[in-house]
Amino acid sequence: METFLGFDYNVWWFLVFGAVISGYAILDGFDLGAGSLHLFLTKEQSRRIALNAIGPVWDGNEVWLVIGGGALFAGFPVAYAAIFSAFYVPFMVFLVGLIFRGVAIEFRSKEPGKLWRKTWDIVYCVASIIISLSLGLMLGNVAYGISLNEHKEFAGDWLSFFNFFSIMVAITTLALFMMHGAIYLTMKTESRLYTKLYLLARQFIIFFVLSFVITTLYTLLYVPHLSDFFREHPSSFIVPILMVLAIANIPRLLKKGNYRYAFIFSSATIALLLIMVALEVFPYLLYSRGNPQNSITVHNAAASPKTMKILLIIALIGTPLVGTYTSFVFWTFKGKVKLDETSY
Amino acid sequence: MDVEILARIQFAFTIAFHYIYPPLSIGLGLLLVVFEGLYLKTGNKMYEQITRFWIKIFALIFGIGVATGIIMEFEFGTNWATYSKYVGDIFGSALAAEGIFAFALESGFLGILIFGWNRVSSRVHFFSTVMVFLGSMFSAIWIVVANSWQQTPAGFHIVGTGMEARAEITDFWAMVFNPSSVQRLMHVWIAAFLAGIFLVLSVNAWYILKGKHLDIAKRSFKIALVAATVFSLLQLVAGHSSADVVYKHQPAKLAALEGHYDSMAVADMFLLGYVDQKNQKVTGIRIPGGLSFLTQFDFKKPVKGLNAFKPEERPTQVNTIFQFYHIMVGLGMFMIALTLYASWLSFRNKLFEKRWLMWIFVWAVLGPQIANQTGWFAAEMGRQPWVVYGLLKTSDALSKTVTANQIVFSLVMFAVVYLLLFVLFLYLLNKKIVHGPVDYGTKEDIEEGSKRDNPILDHTGKGAIAAH
Repeated sequence: METFLGFDYNVWWFLVFGAVISGYAILDGFDLGAGSLHLFLTKEQSRRIALNAIGPVWDGNEVWLVIGGGALFAGFPVAYAAIFSAFYVPFMVFLVGLIFRGVAIEFRSKEPGKLWRKTWDIVYCVASIIISLSLGLMLGNVAYGISLNEHKEFAGDWLSFFNFFSIMVAITTLALFMMHGAIYLTMKTESRLYTKLYLLARQFIIFFVLSFVITTLYTLLYVPHLSDFFREHPSSFIVPILMVLAIANIPRLLKKGNYRYAFIFSSATIALLLIMVALEVFPYLLYSRGNPQNSITVHNAAASPKTMKILLIIALIGTPLVGTYTSFVFWTFKGKVKLDETSY
Repeated sequence: MDVEILARIQFAFTIAFHYIYPPLSIGLGLLLVVFEGLYLKTGNKMYEQITRFWIKIFALIFGIGVATGIIMEFEFGTNWATYSKYVGDIFGSALAAEGIFAFALESGFLGILIFGWNRVSSRVHFFSTVMVFLGSMFSAIWIVVANSWQQTPAGFHIVGTGMEARAEITDFWAMVFNPSSVQRLMHVWIAAFLAGIFLVLSVNAWYILKGKHLDIAKRSFKIALVAATVFSLLQLVAGHSSADVVYKHQPAKLAALEGHYDSMAVADMFLLGYVDQKNQKVTGIRIPGGLSFLTQFDFKKPVKGLNAFKPEERPTQVNTIFQFYHIMVGLGMFMIALTLYASWLSFRNKLFEKRWLMWIFVWAVLGPQIANQTGWFAAEMGRQPWVVYGLLKTSDALSKTVTANQIVFSLVMFAVVYLLLFVLFLYLLNKKIVHGPVDYGTKEDIEEGSKRDNPILDHTGKGAIAAH
C-alpha cells in the first residue's frame, strides 16, 4: 500500500471526505438552522431579512453535499452503495426535503400574496427540520451500526433505524444547526431582530448542550464500540474538551456583541464534534451490528490505489479553487443584510 | 412489476425531468455572456435590461435544476448499488470531479450573478457570469464523460469475479477520452445551447407579436437567431459524428436506431416509419442504402444488423428506439430549416412582418426540449440490455436490498413532487415573461420594477430597523 506522510491513501481520502462533510455541516448547517427557526420570526420583514441572509450563499453551501456524495462514491464505492441502498427510505425523505427547501427559498418572494408566502414559510421551515433530523438519524445509524450480510449489504429492517441512540443524534443535529443558524443570523441583522436572534441563540445553545450530554452519556454506557477509542487513548479527550470550551465561549462572545467570533466558535464546535465522531468510528465507514466482521471499513470499501491517487490530485487542485471563490462570494456579501431590488 | 423495471422507470422519470433544466441553463448562460459582454462593451442600457431579465429566469431554472439534480447523484447508490460498486472507481471519480470543478464554480458565482448587482463592479459581475457559464459547461463535460464510459468503456480492467467484480481505472485519460466522449459532448453542448437559445427566441417572438418591449425584443431576437442558425447547422455535423461513433462501437444500437436486422443486407435510412418487430420489417419513407452510405460512404455495402447479436444481448424495444431517434433527427432538420429561413428574411429586413413565423418561434421552444429527451431515450434504450456496454447488464446492476414497494413509494413521491414543481415552474416562468424586462435606468425605475415584483413590501431596506 502506497503511503504519504505515514498514512496510506485510503486514510487520506477518509480525511478528505471528513473535511468535506464538516464543510457541508458548517456551511449548509447555518442555512438549515436558519430554516428550522424561520417560523420563530413572525414579521414579514424579519423573514425576508433572514432569507436574504442566506440567499446568495445557500446554493454554494449545498454543493458541499454533492462533493461529499461524489467523494464517497469515488473513494469508497462499497460504502456508498451499502449506505444509500440501506437508508433508502430516510434518504428519499431527506432528498425530498432538500427539493422543498430549495424551491421554497426560490418561490416565496415570487408572489406578494400572504397565503402564498405563509405556505412557503412553513414548507421552508418544515423541510429544513426534516433535512436536519434525517441527516442526524442517518449519521447516528452509521455510527451505531446496522445489520450487514457477508456481501456487505443491509440485512435488517428500516424500522430498526429508529433506535434511541440515533434518535438522540438526530435531535442533537437539529439543535446544533439551530444554534449555528441563529448565531449566523446575529451577524447579519440589526436592532430588534438582532436582539430576538440573540435570545433565540442562547436557548438553542442550552437545547444543544442538553441533547449532546444525553447522547454522550448513553454512548459511554451502552455503545462500547464508539467509546473504546477514548478509553484506550486518554490523550484524545483533548477533542471533547476543546469542544466544550468552544461552546462555553459562545454565550460570552454573543453577550459582548462579538458575533463574528461567536460564529467562528460555533463552526469550530461542529468541526470538533465531527472529529470526535470520526475518531470514534474509524476505521469503520459502516459498522455491522451483530456481526462486526461484515463491517465496511476504509480498507475493504476503497477504490483502487490508482483511483485514490487520482482523487487526491483532484482534491489538491480543486480545494484551493473552491476555497478561493467561496471566500470571495462570502466576502462580497459580508456585513448586515440590506434589502434591494434583487433581494428575495 | 419487478424491481428492475420499477427502478428503470424511476431513473428515467427523474433524469428526464431533471434534463429539462440543465440544457436551458447552459444555453441561457451562453447568451447571458453575450448580452452582458455587449453591455460592458457598448455601455448600452438596453443590454443591461436584457441581461437582468434573463438572469431572473436563469435563477428560476437553475433552482429547479439543482433541486432535481441532487437526487440523481444519490440514486445510483439507492437504486443501483451493484452498479455503484462495479463502476465506483470510474464513474465516481467523474462525479467527484464534476462536483468540485464544475458545480461548485457555478453555484458559488450564481449568488453574485443574482444578488451582486449593487455589490460588485460591472466587470466583476461579468466575470461571475462567465464563471457560471463555464461551470455549467464543465458540468456537462464530466456527466457526459461518465455516461460515455457506460457506452464505450475504456482505460480500465476488471478485477474480481461474481459479486466482487468491478472495473478499476488503468488509464485516467483513456477513461476520460473514451471513444465516444468528445463527439457526444459536442452533440450535448450544442443541443443545450439550442435549448436556451430557442427559449430566448420564443419569449421575444411573443413580445413582438404582442407589441411589447419592441426594441429589446427585436434586438435580442436577432442576436439569438444568429446563434440558433449557427448551432442548428453545427448540430448536423456533431450529430453525424456522434452516430459514426455508434456505428463503430455500438453496432447493436445503430441497428436499432434504423430498425435494421439483416447483416447481409444494405441498410436503408428512414425519414418516417414503423418497425414491425415480429416480422423484422420496417414500413415507411426510406432512402435506399442511406445508412450504408452515411456509415461507409457506399450505398451498396451491408451494415451489421440486430440479428448478428444474441437476442439477450441486443435491445428489445426496437420500434420505440426507432421512433425516438427519428423524432430527434426530424426536429434537428426542422430547426435548420426554420432558422435558415428566418435568417434569410432577417437579411432582407422582412423578418418581423411575418406574424405566422413569429408564432412558430413561440412554440419552437419545445423543439430542442423534445429532441433532447428523445435523443437521450434513444441513446440509453439503445444501450440496453447493458448498463455498461458489453460488461454489466442492467438487470444485474440493481440494489439487492431494495424492495419493489420501496421503489413504488419513492416513485409515487417523486411523481407528485415533480408534478407540483413543474406546474409552479410554468406558472412563475409565465409570470416573469408577462412581467417582462424592467428598466433599471433610474432609481424610480428600480423601485417601480420591484414594486411590481413585491407590491406589499417596503423597498427602502430601512425596514430592518423596525422589524423583529
